[in-house]
Amino acid sequence: MEKNLYWEQFKRSLAIVKKNVRIYYSKGPVIIFGLITPFFLFLSFYIGRSMSAEALIPGLLGMTAFFTATSVGPAIVPWEARAKTLERLISSPISLWTIFLGDVLSSFFFGVVVSAFPVIVGLFIGVQIVNPWILGFGIILASFCFASFSILLSAYPPTDTPAGVMMLSAMIKFPLVFISGIFIPIEELPVWGKTVSLISPLTYFTDLARHSIQGQGYYPVELDLTLLAAFAIIFVVTAIKVHERTMEKRL
Amino acid sequence: MAVDHINFQVRKGELFGFLGPNAAGKTTTIRMLTGVIKPDEGKASVFSYDILREGLKSRQLMGIVPEMANAYVDLSAWNNLMLIGELYGVPKKKRQKIASRLLKEFGLYERRKHLVRGFSRGMKQKLLLCMALINEPQILFLDEPTSGLDVESQRLIRDMIRELNKSGATVFLTTHNMEEANQLCDRIAIINHGKIAAIDSPERLRLRSSGLQSIEVSFDKLVSIEDLSKVHGVKKAKKTGDKIRLYVDEPSAVLDKLVDFTRSRRLKIVSLNTLAPTLEDVFLKLVKES
Repeated sequence: MEKNLYWEQFKRSLAIVKKNVRIYYSKGPVIIFGLITPFFLFLSFYIGRSMSAEALIPGLLGMTAFFTATSVGPAIVPWEARAKTLERLISSPISLWTIFLGDVLSSFFFGVVVSAFPVIVGLFIGVQIVNPWILGFGIILASFCFASFSILLSAYPPTDTPAGVMMLSAMIKFPLVFISGIFIPIEELPVWGKTVSLISPLTYFTDLARHSIQGQGYYPVELDLTLLAAFAIIFVVTAIKVHERTMEKRL
Repeated sequence: MAVDHINFQVRKGELFGFLGPNAAGKTTTIRMLTGVIKPDEGKASVFSYDILREGLKSRQLMGIVPEMANAYVDLSAWNNLMLIGELYGVPKKKRQKIASRLLKEFGLYERRKHLVRGFSRGMKQKLLLCMALINEPQILFLDEPTSGLDVESQRLIRDMIRELNKSGATVFLTTHNMEEANQLCDRIAIINHGKIAAIDSPERLRLRSSGLQSIEVSFDKLVSIEDLSKVHGVKKAKKTGDKIRLYVDEPSAVLDKLVDFTRSRRLKIVSLNTLAPTLEDVFLKLVKES
């Protein structure tokens, strides 16, 4: 009975995924914050520097996965609160977990699919992938972790202004990019930089990408994978708990 | 406090009206029953399912038309219906069949592939009703379903509500429109300041309201309201167009006195009617008293 209930709720979360894909992926802020901004940010860093493709692709991959998987999530709940469709979802026979699982999964799929592009570009320009399994598993785990992070970004304050949430999330996301070994490998960071980088889940995915492409990273692979999984669990549980507390204020 | 310790039961198969002025607590009550907001205290069950402990089961039986239009405007009418069908676990073929039938009944089938963004208010409201019916609900919560619609759309939606109720669905309806409540509802609850002022059938509510019976009379000459107010048995006199309405407890007793009044002033009665109170009269009186 319980098993049936969970399976039924999971199927309904896939309906949320379909809805999100149809509605939100073509929205301007998602395209700007999710694709265009990180691309130009990377370009501005890359042009004029002599770096090997093997050193660049892990950073590009990290940024792409991070920005795409977190591009839709923060905006969905405020958008739906404003459009009064959130009330429709809450009054349906689905739990809050089902709604947010749908939101996380849609961001996750978006992150995984778009992350394939830097990998393809890398292969096209002759980059060797030393460990494709770790890279594939890392992309999946990291996209889920970042997607969970994205719904946490919209949990507080309980607003119905998507632009406000996007700005707030940009204020959190951009500093994380600079402390996560994207532009400068962790081993080259000063001690304080290394310490700060520990709090960013992006650090561990970038490190995994370096393991997979350059054949070496700063932390052990097992540690990267474990911490990404731990961050994912913390983000998703915290996000849903905070949303549970603040949901009525949005309606 | 939006709703204060209210207590009522809706019978299976009943068309139950929930009336009240603005901010009386109607929408809050519906939002609590449909799981949108949690009550601070108290208990409520829908078809014996506790709305808090068994919320998923109780909501599975519901169809809801909320007060604010909230179809997804960036989805087509068809995709809105498919989404809601999926959220209620309606199998694919069944939801497609029901969606086609509903869209045809509501005259939206030709526009099914169009984005809801381009729909008029009436079309959106019809779509919301379709969305509420896609899971063939046992109970329908309708929050002001005809508000702001043209007469034709109002009539169509009222007819649909009647049909649904006839086919066995329980209906919980909030409305500002007294005539709508009078025409549709088996019983009505009047709520004000979060408390229920009365629950009864529309007819019994009218009958039990003393002091709201009235005589409507017009004369061949102008007559002062003050003079008519002094006729024995008249509680209040009010000018309504070219007629005067006299509020009384017993119309038959006042009629004799009114004839005496007419003779003494050499007046002629042009028209005379005794009127039962309207639901609106009852509503206003109960709201004022509460």
